[in-house]
Amino acid sequence: MQELLPQLDKIVSQYEQKQAALLPVLHVVQEHKGLISPETEQEVAAYLGIPVVHVHEVVSFYHLFHQKPKGKCHFAVCQTTSCALLGAQEVIDHIRTRLGIEPGETTPDGKFSLSVVECLGACEIAPMMQCNKEYKGFLNKKKVDELIDQNS
Amino acid sequence: MQKIATRHFDQENPQRLENYLKDKGYEAARKALTQMAPAQVGEEVKKANLRGLGGAGFPTGTKWGFIPAANPKPRYLVVNGDEGEPGTFKDKYIFELDPHALLEGIIITCFAIGSHKAYVYIRGEYVKSIATVRAAIEEAKAKGFLGKGIMGTSFDLDVIVHPGAGAYICGEESALLNSLEGHKGFPRIKPPFPAVVGLFGCPTVINNVETLACVGPIILNGGEWFAKLGCEKNGGNRIFCVSGHVNKPGIYELPNGTPLREIIYQHAGGIRGGRQLKAVIPGGISAPILTANEIDVKMDFDSLKAAGTMAGSGGIIVMDDTTDMVWAAMVAARFFAHESCGQCSPCREGSGWVYRNIKRIYEGHGRSVDLKNLPGIINNIGGNTICAFGDAVTMSIGSYVKKFRGEFEAYINRSSDLEYAKSNH
Repeated sequence: MQELLPQLDKIVSQYEQKQAALLPVLHVVQEHKGLISPETEQEVAAYLGIPVVHVHEVVSFYHLFHQKPKGKCHFAVCQTTSCALLGAQEVIDHIRTRLGIEPGETTPDGKFSLSVVECLGACEIAPMMQCNKEYKGFLNKKKVDELIDQNS
Repeated sequence: MQKIATRHFDQENPQRLENYLKDKGYEAARKALTQMAPAQVGEEVKKANLRGLGGAGFPTGTKWGFIPAANPKPRYLVVNGDEGEPGTFKDKYIFELDPHALLEGIIITCFAIGSHKAYVYIRGEYVKSIATVRAAIEEAKAKGFLGKGIMGTSFDLDVIVHPGAGAYICGEESALLNSLEGHKGFPRIKPPFPAVVGLFGCPTVINNVETLACVGPIILNGGEWFAKLGCEKNGGNRIFCVSGHVNKPGIYELPNGTPLREIIYQHAGGIRGGRQLKAVIPGGISAPILTANEIDVKMDFDSLKAAGTMAGSGGIIVMDDTTDMVWAAMVAARFFAHESCGQCSPCREGSGWVYRNIKRIYEGHGRSVDLKNLPGIINNIGGNTICAFGDAVTMSIGSYVKKFRGEFEAYINRSSDLEYAKSNH
């Protein structure tokens, strides 16, 4: 975490209380390390001067923080109403079949992982998913195949 | 029709400051800071009948007025951009296409309430929104629109973007404050209200993104101008988000009070494949569902309340006649069960119970006792929790069971084990 300190110090300086920087600090650390491990929780706790259990509580509460490594290409497929109405389940099932993984799992080669999530605020392009940082909409089997082929 | 919050969306690179400045950009902020007193700004917004467009519909000017004048603590403006209400996607467009309209609204609002620091809480998945707003803040700082001595006045303001981390409940304003302070997103017991004890224990105003994007135009053109654009007690336009089984899903800025039928059939292009409408959620998943016979209703806070539902966040989800309403209820119940924060037992246990009950019915194992028990379970959540999430479960899921009871009964009647299904235990 040492190399991130200048960036983290800048974030902390924006807040009246150090602990308030916890979410943005965790985002930066996770981006750098790929996940939040128990050791990382300890480092973050020491850095912000708060109990480790508090960091763990926050990490486990928010869906965007993960304690296990994700695939290089992570599919977070929306299953809420608008996406569900337009075929989210077919998209999810197609990914499961093509990759041989269930939601919450990563392929053995570490290339892909899948999670099923609730509304991502992009119902106008339903059915949709977040593929790493980008939103991909109007999904169908062909588009999913293209995404998988591009990242294989 | 005169557009407000979406007026720049069709321009080339509308997110850039140089383009925003071409259309009277930051002139409203200049007018407020140099020609008006803070109280005058609040009065103008009250005159405008601007209501909270995140979903609660609370009069914005009145909300600002709740900041106690004598409290010596610093004051904060917190912008709620945690947009997570299913069916809603409007704030994302403001973040990405007109971030300076939001920043200008923030400057004026902070001036009105005497705040020198604003936090913009943006849901963590909106990676592009976060980057765009941060870039806009840097542009505004470089021009002297943010920071120390804004526009040559003595008014200082810092704006910080705070990324969320994927929790629907953080759209609830007091959960958002906890999240902003570095805690898990548990809603707080009110009172005290955030206007008195908010962020870091200080007086705080929490406003939605679209609400703030309307503030600049109100100051520039006057509150009366804005009030006239809408309908009674609901000033201005709203960005309606239409999705589901329509031909043209998307955002439509229309006057408050536009009939729901017009939005679905004219603006959103009608039902896909020329099919028949079956049901509509008019204001995000928390709003009670309307049947096809109930769409001759005006889309404003008061009319929808009178119709037994709510305007909510402006998210309209359309379902055609192929939709299985037991399945739709299950999908909504799954959402609530997944997103209940777990603080209050009636909601934590009840939302999961409701989901499992409907899932059992949908999967063909329902018993008559399941349907008999369902309203009781649903009704014991709302009103018994710290925040309105529990009420949303009750109102939303309860409306499916009430209005489409026949479909639930049909499932029970063709349950895989009829003897079991008929049994009362």
